[in-house]
Amino acid sequence: MQDDIILNVSDLKKYFNTAEGVVRAVDGVSFNIRYGETLALVGESGSGKTTTGHVIMGFYSPDDGKIIYKNRYDLSAPMKKRPLELKRDIQIVFQDPGTSLNPKRLVKDIISLPLLIHKTIDKRRIYDKVAELLEYVGLSEEFMFKYPHELGGGEKQLVAVARALAPQPSFIILDESTSALDVSSQAKVLNTLVKIQKELQLTYLLITHDLGVVRNISQRVMIMYLGKIYEEAPTEKFFKSPMHPYTQMLLSSIPTLSEEDEKIKPKGIESIGEIPSAVKPPNGCRFHTRCPFAKPVCSQRDPPDIVLDSNHIVRCWLYE
Amino acid sequence: MLLEIDNLYVNYKSYWYTLKVLNGVWLKVEKGERVGIIGESGSGKTTLLKTILRVLPQNGIISKGEIRYDGRNILKLSDSELAKIRRKEIGMIFQDPMAALNPVFKIRDQLYDILKYKMTTEGHNPSSKELYEESLRIFNDVRLPDPDRVLESYPFQLSGGMRQRVMIAMALASAGKLLLADEPTTNLDVTIQDQILKLIHRLVVEKNLSIILVSHALGMVYQMTDKVYVLYAGDIMEEAETRKMFNKPKHPYTQLLIASTPRLSSVGVGEGIRGKLPDYRNPPAGCRFAPRCPYVMDKCINTKPSRIQLSAEHTVSCYLYD
Repeated sequence: MQDDIILNVSDLKKYFNTAEGVVRAVDGVSFNIRYGETLALVGESGSGKTTTGHVIMGFYSPDDGKIIYKNRYDLSAPMKKRPLELKRDIQIVFQDPGTSLNPKRLVKDIISLPLLIHKTIDKRRIYDKVAELLEYVGLSEEFMFKYPHELGGGEKQLVAVARALAPQPSFIILDESTSALDVSSQAKVLNTLVKIQKELQLTYLLITHDLGVVRNISQRVMIMYLGKIYEEAPTEKFFKSPMHPYTQMLLSSIPTLSEEDEKIKPKGIESIGEIPSAVKPPNGCRFHTRCPFAKPVCSQRDPPDIVLDSNHIVRCWLYE
Repeated sequence: MLLEIDNLYVNYKSYWYTLKVLNGVWLKVEKGERVGIIGESGSGKTTLLKTILRVLPQNGIISKGEIRYDGRNILKLSDSELAKIRRKEIGMIFQDPMAALNPVFKIRDQLYDILKYKMTTEGHNPSSKELYEESLRIFNDVRLPDPDRVLESYPFQLSGGMRQRVMIAMALASAGKLLLADEPTTNLDVTIQDQILKLIHRLVVEKNLSIILVSHALGMVYQMTDKVYVLYAGDIMEEAETRKMFNKPKHPYTQLLIASTPRLSSVGVGEGIRGKLPDYRNPPAGCRFAPRCPYVMDKCINTKPSRIQLSAEHTVSCYLYD
């Protein structure tokens, strides 16, 4: 394995048993994340992007596949077997800070809990550290003595970010971390995330459905649909020349705000149909039921990985 | 003029306090015009739409103002006159179809109910065959696939996109002149959102309806409307023709809001807006945006700025342009 890779996921599978049958939430996903980069995992609801993140966090153990972290830890082992230092090193920021922050605790207690658990700091200095963390995410010291309900949506999410930073992790999963926020508070959170990433050399896995956010903070993008990854590219290239028909459909569906943005949207493709059930995913390419360019082979066999250039990969029969 | 709102004040009363939400709202909608309202969540957008239909919750009090619809003051209409307007002239698409549809009745029962009521009041007692045919017709209008299955389904058995189509079908059944759309696609994926927006757009044009589209997704409003109002904390901050609003916003709030929106063509978002919405129990006496405004002046804090007409299609409430 290369040295610059922090996380290596190969052929990851996670199935859930439900009353309707087996849901193949993640069905054979492989990717690498490099140190210090932001990798965006993009998909619609039901695509399996959150499940992927949660398996990495250890909320579920995978049914199959390997996750290797920093060349030495095996993340497919259950959460309970992870050493404390590993738990400290991987943190997550959830979607809704209204439910991820304890409403009965003061901000100082919310942020100091991980400090106490991981004993990263002398107990007597703990509130200095909390103040420092708050300042880091752009909140003043006064916030220490507030309850979550006294804060605005963006401020709450910044507290959640400060809490994730507290145990000094090197890898943070951002699970739809800004999608519950208004754009006015989202901007502040995005800018803060970019700033702390540079200063602390953090690695992010950004799980989102919002391509505008992707454009602004990530270096690479992966597109997920019904449990599989269909395109992977550096952000610039991704927006300039999206290859997979699903990617093109996604981009063309975004309501844009200016003429320049409008030009970026792929032409000649229109959104049709809905995402099928993950209990009985279509054979072959899972997107073929909605794809305007589908050929007979698409419904029969899985498309191969097609490497367009060193770091742009698409799985689609069109480019065979 | 189809709809004209003037100096509208709406409060929510509880035992302990009064929330002073709408603070002298004004708004104009011409026949066939597509109007957008943007603003953060909690700024009173939904309250405004509910006031137009007079479907506020019981503690919502309209304390002052006028809503003239087609020459009549909606606030003074009797219940039966109001029922007639709701039945035939103004339809509303609610934000969350799961909450707006009744979970224990099949779609068929809920839709037939509306159609039957509408037809009976027109003096015609429909047979079940007629109701069925009418349902097929309006389902076809909203491009709902497999109408027979949909009619026999309960809301939870449909996907989010299909539920929203059912809601739109129901709203259209009663929207003869004006359609109120309250965040019609918030819970939907972007590809489905695109389908729904195109659908609403097509129907509005085909039926020559006026629409008020409320959303915090600015791109959607930019694509769908002719004119935009910016609502912040119960005050109309700015009104302009859509392109003008997004290209040359005047009010500091609008400027910050638009700069905060991530773009596809470039990297970097504005710094956002510090602070949060004011406490409606005790809102700022002057401009309600003053506590968060980077250009705040002394007079902003004490007196509410009046409307300033910048050009024929651009109005702003801000002392910076005084």
